[in-house]
Amino acid sequence: MIRLESLTKVFDTPKGAVVAADHIDMEVPEGEICILLGPSGCGKTTTLKMINRIVKPTSGKVFINGEDTTGLDTQTLRRNIGYVIQQIGLFPNMTIEENITIVPKLLGWDKAKYKARAREMMAMIALEPDAFLKRFPSELSGGQQQRIGVARALAADPPVMLMDEPFGAIDPINRAVIQDEFLKMQQELNKTIMFVSHDIDEAIKMGDRVAVFREGKLVQYSTPDDLLAAPKNAFVESFLGEDRALKRLNLVKVREIVTDEIGTVTPSDTLETALAKIDDYGYQNAILMINERKQPAGIISRSLARTTKGYCRDHFQAVPAVVDLDDDLRKAASLMFAHDQTWLPCVDKAGTVCGQITQRAMTSHLGARYRARQGDDRKPSAAIKE
Amino acid sequence: MPIRSIKGALKALVLFAIFFAGVWSQSSGVIDEFLWYLPDVQYLMVQHIWLTVMSGSLAILVAIPLGIVLSRPKMANVAESLMQVLNVGTTIPTLAVLALSMSFLGIGTVPAVFGLFVATLLPITRNTYAGLKGVNPALMEAAAGIGMSPMQRLLKVELPNALYVIFAGMRTALTINVGTVPLAFLIGAGGLGELIFTGIDLYDPVMMLSGAIPTALLAITIDALIAIIAFLVVPRGVNPSRA
Ligand SMILES: Nc1ncnc2c1ncn2[C@@H]1O[C@H](COP(=O)(O)OP(=O)(O)OP(=O)(O)O)[C@@H](O)[C@H]1O
Ligand SMILES: [Mg+2]
Repeated sequence: MIRLESLTKVFDTPKGAVVAADHIDMEVPEGEICILLGPSGCGKTTTLKMINRIVKPTSGKVFINGEDTTGLDTQTLRRNIGYVIQQIGLFPNMTIEENITIVPKLLGWDKAKYKARAREMMAMIALEPDAFLKRFPSELSGGQQQRIGVARALAADPPVMLMDEPFGAIDPINRAVIQDEFLKMQQELNKTIMFVSHDIDEAIKMGDRVAVFREGKLVQYSTPDDLLAAPKNAFVESFLGEDRALKRLNLVKVREIVTDEIGTVTPSDTLETALAKIDDYGYQNAILMINERKQPAGIISRSLARTTKGYCRDHFQAVPAVVDLDDDLRKAASLMFAHDQTWLPCVDKAGTVCGQITQRAMTSHLGARYRARQGDDRKPSAAIKE
Repeated sequence: MPIRSIKGALKALVLFAIFFAGVWSQSSGVIDEFLWYLPDVQYLMVQHIWLTVMSGSLAILVAIPLGIVLSRPKMANVAESLMQVLNVGTTIPTLAVLALSMSFLGIGTVPAVFGLFVATLLPITRNTYAGLKGVNPALMEAAAGIGMSPMQRLLKVELPNALYVIFAGMRTALTINVGTVPLAFLIGAGGLGELIFTGIDLYDPVMMLSGAIPTALLAITIDALIAIIAFLVVPRGVNPSRA
């Protein structure tokens, strides 16, 4: 857990005082990733660096796991915080192995232990130990160096990590790969992480919480979904962009808006029954046919059911697409657009039908929070003044 | 093709020239004259090397710590102006430095070593300072953020990364030192300068060359020697000659 209490930094510059961080109060619960987000110069890096005292706070306190760090010796404090800097900063005079083991060595681990740890870290970041440990940083690609930077910060297994735009220097494709790897690692490691970014998409993808900064002040601190659904003021709103509703598609799972009521027919039903059911449920153009294991087997279209006689098993069409309960809405929307559908059947892990998702449900879910905000407490002047 | 044959022809020409120079020197007795100076050369060379080793190692011992101290953040205010003073110092001709040190310390080895020491000190200090200041700030931040003490940062990060530049400074400084030692003869410290200057005075080119050629060879040797040491000592990851 990291808690910042009224943390403030004022830089004295020749042009006068610059307030880089202004009474920042926030708390990152144990095991969560908090993204510090905001435009250039808003104080993200300064806030981050006050935690490990690379920047000395003007006032305020930092608590780590409940302990006030003010009294701690700087070196001890830093050795227990993993630090990944934006410029990677691997030591070019040392091999990869020496780079990774540097903190364990500082902490006085014995040789066998830190050597084993280096191999373990390499496995974790998916690089072949025998091929890489004896190389020098200059012999690695940018993405590989970035991974080593993360490995170095993690080597001594610190409970807390600070990362300043750790994936900023990599091309978008590799960045996505490293982000995914990192999230997978985090699921096992459960570190408490402060992570600076100026990329909204990265923030939404990586963060359990997002802290939006503006000119040294913490403007909004909430979960990515809350942030997108209910931006606190016009600044946050414009920073998130016009397409913020679409960004939310990534965050909402099908499970959250599925309606478990879905009318279905079986292969042995007649088309007459099908038509009746379509009308009963008020479906516009088709109904789902399921097999005896309740899996989607086909669809019966309304027009066909009206004009033809016979059994469903002889007159169905292929199911255009299904979504899984754990898919996100982005995938669901994409499938709907691709297949020109207004609804899709949803299945669970076993593949049995458990409901449907409609375009209407999606749009109203995305709009609901936002409309509620606009309805009640939207007082822009007050929000901005804060 | 033509280029290669021209090169071949040049090579052959050089070989012929060397051969005929040999034949000429043998027949004219120049070689014997040189051999006549051999005992002098041996004796003076030892003196010469001794002057270089004394002044050079003193300079290294003082210059590197001085460069390190000046590069510390706490010294930032004074360091730049001090480096300016040192830079002005470099422009004073070594002969003048020797003359000055003679007027304080008299004649002999001591003022010579001191004068050479001063002349060698500056390039090494400058390179040590510049090398340490030139270490990528990101490395320094990473080192600090990881929890290294200032001393660990210096020994494990700053010095290894500045080492190549520091060695370059030593190479220049000591090569110049060897080439300057002949001047020490002028204040009575001996060395190969004795043959060179006496040879000039006596219009005796053979005598002069028996001082000058070994001096040049010494300079080349020390340059190569330090290059080899740098090759071995500077870590592979930051050693351009081992990239
Ligand atoms: N050492 C310093 N001396 C003076 N002012 C500083 C110093 N470091 C940062 N600042 C100022 O403090 C403010 C916040 O800087 P900070 O580096 O925290 O921004 P940031 O949010 O990380 O921006 P970016 O996204 O560009 O990295 C800026 O106005 C900057 O100019
Ligand atoms: Mg920054």
